[in-house]
Amino acid sequence: MKTSPDDFVPAAGNGLLDRRVFLRAGAAGSLGLLAASAGAQERPAWAKLPGEGMGPAGAPSKHEAHIRRGHLSLQTGTTGSGASRTPLEFLDGIITPSRLHFERHHSGIPDIDPRLHKLVIHGLVRRPLEFDVDALVRYPAVSRIQFLECSGNSGVLTAAEPVQASCGSIHGLVSASEWGGVPLSVLLDEAGVEPRGKWLVADGADAAMMSRSVPLEKAMDDAIVALYQNGEPLRPANGYPMRLFLPGWEGNISVKWLRTIKVTDGPAMTRDETSKYSDLREDGSARLFTFPMGVKSVITSPSPGLTMRQRGVYQIAGIAWSGAGRIARVQISVDGGNSWADAALDEHVLPKCLTRFRAAWNWDGGPSVIMSRALDETGAIQPDRGSWFDGQSRGNFYHYNAVHAWQVGADGESTHVYV
Amino acid sequence: MSMSSISGSAILLCIATTAIAESPGLGEPVSQSEIEQLDFVVMPDGSGLPAGSGTAMEGQALFATHCIACHGEDGTGGINDRLAGGHGSLATDAPAKTVGSYWPYATTLFDYIRRAMPYQSPGTLTPDEIYALTAYVLFINEIVDENAELDAEALPAVRMPNADGFTWDYQP
Repeated sequence: MKTSPDDFVPAAGNGLLDRRVFLRAGAAGSLGLLAASAGAQERPAWAKLPGEGMGPAGAPSKHEAHIRRGHLSLQTGTTGSGASRTPLEFLDGIITPSRLHFERHHSGIPDIDPRLHKLVIHGLVRRPLEFDVDALVRYPAVSRIQFLECSGNSGVLTAAEPVQASCGSIHGLVSASEWGGVPLSVLLDEAGVEPRGKWLVADGADAAMMSRSVPLEKAMDDAIVALYQNGEPLRPANGYPMRLFLPGWEGNISVKWLRTIKVTDGPAMTRDETSKYSDLREDGSARLFTFPMGVKSVITSPSPGLTMRQRGVYQIAGIAWSGAGRIARVQISVDGGNSWADAALDEHVLPKCLTRFRAAWNWDGGPSVIMSRALDETGAIQPDRGSWFDGQSRGNFYHYNAVHAWQVGADGESTHVYV
Repeated sequence: MSMSSISGSAILLCIATTAIAESPGLGEPVSQSEIEQLDFVVMPDGSGLPAGSGTAMEGQALFATHCIACHGEDGTGGINDRLAGGHGSLATDAPAKTVGSYWPYATTLFDYIRRAMPYQSPGTLTPDEIYALTAYVLFINEIVDENAELDAEALPAVRMPNADGFTWDYQP
């Protein structure tokens, strides 16, 4: 089906088109594509000889070598503490390729021999137990296609002036994967949690032995000990050979390289949960245990570095997510928030997962401020920037989830703006 | 045994079987001595703290050897986290979240140093040295005096200036 701008129904100001264009089969795929030209039959150079053979493992096209984790921020004086970010602007769909999953390490990536690694569950349990990988793969497995977001993601947006950087550099501490593993509740039940057990303290086998306290309630609800990421064993950067995965909660608590779980009667008040991942308020008080990641969305295309070269119809694409459940709705504005229209959501709208949204925009070539705003199934709405700061300390950058804006200039380049 | 108590036991057995139905039960028992080897958790009430002791005076020399390169002289900041000062800054536009101004529990210092410090060689300090370094970091924040000796009883008794500065977002 060929589409033209004349087929499109305006949905909001400045050329935003009705999302139904994406609900008609094939229409989305045809946007921006030229009709095949008629003419003499010919072959491209790469179809004139048999191609290369098979291999033991695949790799991305050499033409996509620029799609790399960006914005490596290393803690000074270290080689392994810091973060790398998912290049969101180059990706589509809802699954992050494992090689591009963001990283946040506190003392580098340990080189763990899985034959020597064990998970020990102890503390307030009737039977302290240890499990190795060989044992865990024999348990009934579960799969969760869910996001993981560092609570410091997008924290640079608390700066007084908008930082000019790519979408991934700003928002790329979020990724989504299919996580496979064993429900933590099954292992805790086997160990037999005593009635006094209300929390657990998990730590990793990295050199920082990074530790976090987890309410037992969450552990028994939807937590898993993950062994697989997108169908293969976890990557070392994501906790090989096993990690905790707590859906919808701030990433730091999903302890990688999981080594011990101690059932306790309260939180241990570890360094990371008190001095780091706590949220300072304007009055100098701070909130502990701000676990769920708030409802959030960001437009990944267009965005800085993805130039719009001519006026006409473009697809606006982005991701939305909420730690509370499913995304219910995403609204788009291309006129700086004066008018809004619903985006189309891709088929896979999963709880605590990235949801891909799309909108069609007939760009007239003029400067335009484009924004997205997400709502989740609990009724939570992504706040505007001003509301997010209500009561916050200027020194807090955790859990930033306000509506984000790009300005598309007349030159087709996107820049970061505050509205 | 009466019939009713037999059926009662049968029901209990059924429930127990159901509860572990999804578990092949492959966890291996762990001995108490093995657990002691790998349990690094120190709780705010001091449980988990090992035997040993140290003073701020002893910690000062250790700090100069192991910590000063990243945290600066007297913990006032270097290429990594500032550990001291910042008192009264939390409600300002430039809050300084140091051990003294922000951390709610002194036990966290021992727990964290034992786990993760020194950055390049974690696990090399003895319990006495960790107590001494903990005491020194508290001393430079004017929370204990230079001769205070910290051990498993004294450390959890230290009251941090910002102990009441936190509220819980998560409600059990």
